[in-house]
Amino acid sequence: MQIEYNFAFFDEGSKREIRRATLKAIAIPGYQVPFASREMPIGRGWGTGGLQLTLSLIGKADSLKVIDQGSDESVNAVSIKKLVQKTTGVPVVEDTEDATLIQSRHRVPEVPLKAGQILVLQVPLPEPLRPYEPSEEKTKKLHAEKDYSGAWLMLFEQIMKFRKMSTGADHPVWVHDRYVMAPSPIPKFDNDKLDHSEALILLGAGREKKIYAVPPHTNVVSLAFADVPFEKESFPGQSCKQCGANDTFLDELIDEETGQVYYLCNDTNHCISRMNEQFS
Amino acid sequence: MGYVAVKGGASAIEESLKRIQYERIKQGTVLDMKDIEGGMRGLIDQVMSESSLYSETLAALAIKQAEGNPEEAVFLLRAYRSTLPRKHYSRTVTSEGMAVERRISASFKDIPGGQILGASLDYSHRLLDFALLEETESGVKEWLTAFEQEQEDESVALDDTQDVSQLPKVIDYLRREGLVASCPIDHSEPYDVTRKSATFPSSRSQKLQMLTRGQTGAVTSLAYAVIRGYGDVHPTVGELRVGTLPIYIDNPLHSDSDEEDTYYIGDIKATEVEMLIPVTIEKERGKKELSFEFGYGLCYGQNETKAISMSILDKSLEANNENVPTQNEEFILQHIDSVESTGFISHLKLPHYVTFQSTLNDVRGTKREQTTDDEEV
Repeated sequence: MQIEYNFAFFDEGSKREIRRATLKAIAIPGYQVPFASREMPIGRGWGTGGLQLTLSLIGKADSLKVIDQGSDESVNAVSIKKLVQKTTGVPVVEDTEDATLIQSRHRVPEVPLKAGQILVLQVPLPEPLRPYEPSEEKTKKLHAEKDYSGAWLMLFEQIMKFRKMSTGADHPVWVHDRYVMAPSPIPKFDNDKLDHSEALILLGAGREKKIYAVPPHTNVVSLAFADVPFEKESFPGQSCKQCGANDTFLDELIDEETGQVYYLCNDTNHCISRMNEQFS
Repeated sequence: MGYVAVKGGASAIEESLKRIQYERIKQGTVLDMKDIEGGMRGLIDQVMSESSLYSETLAALAIKQAEGNPEEAVFLLRAYRSTLPRKHYSRTVTSEGMAVERRISASFKDIPGGQILGASLDYSHRLLDFALLEETESGVKEWLTAFEQEQEDESVALDDTQDVSQLPKVIDYLRREGLVASCPIDHSEPYDVTRKSATFPSSRSQKLQMLTRGQTGAVTSLAYAVIRGYGDVHPTVGELRVGTLPIYIDNPLHSDSDEEDTYYIGDIKATEVEMLIPVTIEKERGKKELSFEFGYGLCYGQNETKAISMSILDKSLEANNENVPTQNEEFILQHIDSVESTGFISHLKLPHYVTFQSTLNDVRGTKREQTTDDEEV
């Protein structure tokens, strides 16, 4: 028994349904559009939301880049690439500039995105209000009434406790002065890259069955107070051991022999192209 | 004939048992024990874990008898376990000495000793493999020979000197930096929940035993609730390792336990998880700072979702806030046991004629009262 899978795994009806939800998401920036998330051949929570967006959008002329935690070689990125390639035959690239479609987990690439590119972010927890309101029914009402006092209070409490906001990755943002949105678990470092992006940014949460979007040239502001400004992760005095960059998001690593801590660029493709430039 | 008949109940049961035997074998095939042991590793590991009995053969037998139904297989194995005498206690097993087959960290990219993917479905695609419909023994043997040859060639080429039985713990790195509190080793004898009934508030050894015996699905669902919003734990896998642990017992003839005079009685395969969880620490004068604490999970076999879920619930239960279901130890620990929960749910199928008659009487009675009241008005 030989079974052929469809182009891009899904049947055309499913792809159209996901694209309709995507169009609605683009029309209402930051609003979480519910969609009939399908069971996928990879685990729920492993990027099925992003993958459904990618598969519904990809065409034969596209070139795809997949990164996980800044790396093209990470196991999950490799696995997703293999699946998309197996069912579409679309070429896979590593250079951010060469990709028309970029699926990512936890990072916005360091290289500024261009018009015409689409960045798909995999989202585990799309609801920015969930930390203080577990009920979906209630958070939906809060969004409708633009009642974000809980989000402000949460940040205020963090300042009272720790003298600074401690949202980690996934610091909530205002989109187009209307919806508060979870920027997927990208580090605060990447929040600014969402603001007035040239590329279309789509966010997909498969397990929570939501799609939302930041269309190009949309106003995105990280929540902060006038006297306690938004602060990105910083690596004072540190730079990448390989390419020397001091303006990128760095990974902390330990030298196994000496036990010393050193730093490397998290975005491996950006790091390699910088090294190539230095040597050429 | 009624369900509780004066006569004929015994022969009705006979017929029912014959019927279930018929259902198991009606296709005329006999499920070979070695097929179950060889090909149903996932189910065997799950059943052993929930039964607190480490025997792949007995688990396979239970699965065969239960027609693959895991809760029934656990039931059979737990009941058998009750018949076994306890002859020895093993020496304390430390997981530092685990012969690691798989080891990953989701917290650090480069862990000392490296990440070892080992055997895992995590990186596979869940696409039905229709080729399995025509899998043959000769084909399988051919693949095996090629695979073993490849392994041999590679181990020669790599000159792999890494000692996988002494890999350092990821958590120790954070401990050295003072980011995770080191905890004193508790040498007190663990409370055995299989010999004594659990008490509340429960000790950590009670909690960990009940969690590791818990039904895989139930433990997973409740841990999922914790991280999805109905709890207060935001975890990262510090280290997950799967491998075998050697078990030693003291020489039964000499009571003074000399480290040298012990017997190796075999290996058990286990999954261990050390989960890192950011917490708020209260300092003096109302100051607060963030730190890491950890949750712990250990269960028989390769049972990764269960061990991870266990570590989440371990940490969640420490808060012991009875108003939050996932922090309420009585709520969690009393309800995750497979034999207890399926037993009580299935008892609802037993005749309840007497209790129901009594309730019926009350229901009719209150209705009658109501009608009389209405008429009076």
